[in-house]
Amino acid sequence: MTQSFRLESGGLINRDKKISFKFNGKNYFGYEGDTLASALIANGVHLIGRSFKYHRPRGFFGAGVDEPYAIVQLYRNGETEPNIKATEQELFEGLEAKSVNCWPSVNFDVGAINNFLKIFLPAGFYYKTFMWPKSFWYKIYEPFIRRAAGLGTASIKHDKERYEHKYEYCDLLITGSGPSGLASAYSAAKNGAKIILAEDKSRFGGTLLTSEVNIGNQSGKEWANSIISELKEMPNVTVKNRSQVFGYYDHNMLVMSERISDHLPKTKKFHPKQRLWYIRAKEVLISSGSIERPIVFGNNDTPGVLLSSAAKEYLKVYGVLVGKKPLVFTNNDSGYETAIEFKKNGIDPIILDTRKKPQSEIIEEAKDMNINIKNSYVVVAAQGYKKVKSADVAKISDNKEELGSIENIECDCICVSGFWTPTIHLASQSGNKTKFNEDIDAFVPGISKQNEKTLGSANGIYTLEETLKDSFEKGNLLSKKITNNENKVSFPNVVEKKSTVHDKFWCVPLPKGKNYKRFLDFQNDVAVSDIEIALKEGYRSIEHVKRYTTLGMATDQGKTSNLNGLQLVSKIENKVVPAVGHTTFRPPYSPVSIGAIVGREVGKHSKPTRKSPMHSWHEKNNAVFVDAGVWLRPRYYKRGKENLFEASKREARNVRTNVGVCDVTTLGKIDIKGPDAAELLNRVYTNAWLKLPVGKARYGVMLREDGIVMDDGTTTRISENHYHMTTTTAQAANVLSHLEYYLQLVWPELNVNVVSTTEQWAGAAIAGPKSREVLKKLFLKSDVSNEGLPFMGYMEADLFGVKAKIFRISFSGELAYEVNVESDNGYFMWEKIIEAGEEFGIQPYGTEALSTLRIEMGHVAGSELDGRTIPYDNSLEGLLSKKKDFIGKRSLSRKAFAAEDRQKIVGVVPLDKKTSIPEGSHLVKDSNAPLPNPKLGYISASCWSVEHDNPFSLAILKDGKNMIGKKLFVMSPLKNKVIPVEIVSSHYVDPKGERVRS
Amino acid sequence: MLQIKCPHCGMRSQNEFSYGGDATVKRPELGKEISDQDWDNFVYNRKSLRGKHWELWQHLSGCRQWIKVQRDTATHEIFKILKANEEIS
Repeated sequence: MTQSFRLESGGLINRDKKISFKFNGKNYFGYEGDTLASALIANGVHLIGRSFKYHRPRGFFGAGVDEPYAIVQLYRNGETEPNIKATEQELFEGLEAKSVNCWPSVNFDVGAINNFLKIFLPAGFYYKTFMWPKSFWYKIYEPFIRRAAGLGTASIKHDKERYEHKYEYCDLLITGSGPSGLASAYSAAKNGAKIILAEDKSRFGGTLLTSEVNIGNQSGKEWANSIISELKEMPNVTVKNRSQVFGYYDHNMLVMSERISDHLPKTKKFHPKQRLWYIRAKEVLISSGSIERPIVFGNNDTPGVLLSSAAKEYLKVYGVLVGKKPLVFTNNDSGYETAIEFKKNGIDPIILDTRKKPQSEIIEEAKDMNINIKNSYVVVAAQGYKKVKSADVAKISDNKEELGSIENIECDCICVSGFWTPTIHLASQSGNKTKFNEDIDAFVPGISKQNEKTLGSANGIYTLEETLKDSFEKGNLLSKKITNNENKVSFPNVVEKKSTVHDKFWCVPLPKGKNYKRFLDFQNDVAVSDIEIALKEGYRSIEHVKRYTTLGMATDQGKTSNLNGLQLVSKIENKVVPAVGHTTFRPPYSPVSIGAIVGREVGKHSKPTRKSPMHSWHEKNNAVFVDAGVWLRPRYYKRGKENLFEASKREARNVRTNVGVCDVTTLGKIDIKGPDAAELLNRVYTNAWLKLPVGKARYGVMLREDGIVMDDGTTTRISENHYHMTTTTAQAANVLSHLEYYLQLVWPELNVNVVSTTEQWAGAAIAGPKSREVLKKLFLKSDVSNEGLPFMGYMEADLFGVKAKIFRISFSGELAYEVNVESDNGYFMWEKIIEAGEEFGIQPYGTEALSTLRIEMGHVAGSELDGRTIPYDNSLEGLLSKKKDFIGKRSLSRKAFAAEDRQKIVGVVPLDKKTSIPEGSHLVKDSNAPLPNPKLGYISASCWSVEHDNPFSLAILKDGKNMIGKKLFVMSPLKNKVIPVEIVSSHYVDPKGERVRS
Repeated sequence: MLQIKCPHCGMRSQNEFSYGGDATVKRPELGKEISDQDWDNFVYNRKSLRGKHWELWQHLSGCRQWIKVQRDTATHEIFKILKANEEIS
């Protein structure tokens, strides 16, 4: 393949290093320093995709972030990524890319039939057409639209790349390394300020790389290089290329994505692919430059129509011609600069200028070079389907409404310049209320809301000298304020050619009898006619027009289309542009990969993993683990070929008949100390706490102020002013915050301190009729008899030299103890328990057996205390003190909470004593009732009762109090089950609670 | 993301804090008779203000102190910050 559009020399690419790549299966080569776009153009590839709606041919429109067309599917190192702009993607060896949005191929696209049926696809077409019949949506319309639309395919594979997050603080963040960015960074750096200078592209310098200017007797490019080299050497400056500041958030926090490896064939070892920077800056200088606006004319989306600044960039940076017979269509002097570049490289351009008699230094230069200039001329329409072949042009009247006779000029590209739009996205995101600048026909930042200033062309300043002066000064002033240092730099001599005012012309009228599509939004295929329809149909707010027509809603977010859209709306509405206003700019400025946003928090790194001190023992003994909040807990200990069901039944049965041990380290523990500790507990819990003796534990329930149960647990009086509170695993953090709230804000007069000790204590529950025998062997010096350590008793004891706390409390409903030792001794304790229990047949049990044991006992847990139930619902009303007030008590007298037929916890047993009941199922009276079948209650927890050897569930049932003995149906539409059941007491085992006291 | 100046720890990032709602709500005294309306006002009814708003935050991943923050709900500007025991004037 020859690079027929590459110049013999010139550009900033490295011609010594060829790079081969593939596009749509064909092999090409480019040079180091090329983008995919420049390399394709050099190879004469101008057709790159199909448009979103009409599937019209698409080429290149820009040379950077503003690109609406050239979106490809990228393949790199075995991975694929959609929505990549060819104009931003740097070329690397082995790069592969494919067109998107076309089938079967970019050259012959079936969807292009939409183009010929376009009368059927006006604004709001989808809303209007696919509304009925309703049943067609899921099966016919949506799959069709999904297949026809879209910009590439996301990979469904796990992304093996690494993405990082970084938090950074600086005095000044400068976004963009064009003239304003460099000048402000330089003067601020000299004052010693801590600076981050971010450049989106791979090369620093912005427009200095492509403009013919002279700064301090150097070319713009040389000056930029010397400033950057100096900045890079300074310890107080961080200079980052390939880094885009895409969002401006509250309190001067900005987010930047740094593309570290996207330009390489493969990410280097130990390097991330991308890094997301969260930057808290004292001051922000926005030097993001401006984007050239298109002029609207017929078929202005034909491949070969592109921005004149892009044509210049391809020439000057990449040594690439976008065409060999260029037509430059302009309303300002910028088009002349492009034409001059063509001419310098031996190509004869033709300039069509909408202005009648413009005069300036730049225009003089073009004239001196004998460039063909046609004044008061416009392009009426581009001709050619897959590439521009010619242009219909005409003279335009002074009032810009009448077209003269149409002439046809042969050309292979049309370079358009409709003047410049400041990139105000970051300023607007910061809360800055933008204002309209009549002189440049565009919005510029207004009064700052956060600490941000906008410089240079982003602020509507288009001369280099003014830009540099302003930027040097702002950089100096802002940094001086922060560092109290001043090291003024001398202002360099600036030479630039003077330009004259632009023509506020943006849209070519349609010639009589022609109905050319004139596009505003090139990515979403929004034409002038679509906006006209939207306004005719009554849409007025620009936000509504945007959503109805999808103007500016594509991945390019309307960088080239927004202002022309506003011009059109204001013209039809007979308003001025500022009265129409612009739509809100929201982050990100340009798409950011999901990987960068997520960072390292994927898979098991998405949350911390907490393990108990006994974790390695569980691992060695075939534990199968389950996530319990942030903890990993053994769910069951597998023996042989057992499954979960078999293992948990065995473990639970062993607790009921012998003795079991369960790791309960994860239970929340709060240490409470102070003379008013009892008073705090008395206010927080629903039952009485003032008379609990030292060495005794008590079960308590705490409510929220709205009367809903918040948590339950036991609290033990360790000494006169010292209590040990336990909470459920899930609520531990909330309960601590709850206590702190009341102690700090509501009752600061209470002299109490609370602190979490969850991780300081390792806990083991020893449960079962033989548990006391085990205890006797563990605590040789202590009296653990029923008298020495009665139910709800507490003692401190010696476990072979280790200090231990023994609580006689039970969750399983059996005779049971919980032993706590300092975490470091947890493993030792556990081994001792297993050793001592061996002769009694001790087995460890996991959370599944733990659930089984508590469910058949009717003990409530998280699935009942789910934030929707009050004490009565859980049969905990016996714990409500009538003598004292407590948090949430007043709410319990609310009407619904005191209703006669209030829901209540019950037990549920299937009539066949065989069928397991799915958790979450509904209870109904009549399984054949018409839908929606009135729901009487729901199954909160299910198990296989080891005591009765049949399924048993807990349910929260309406009027549960009067339902015992009734027959109902359990329905689970999800599992397609209907099960006849009998309602029984929730206390299915040992209803009198004799075992715990035995 | 906001930056909140904890009166005990200094300027910290919002993700160290948790939000605690309206700081001007006073819990009725324990054991005192109170009408349904007044109780509902305490438990449920809140104004959704646009503008300056006194609210509670807890420095959860820091000193664990509850603090009172006067913030503009529309602009996120923070005007004043008080310790738990300081009265809103």
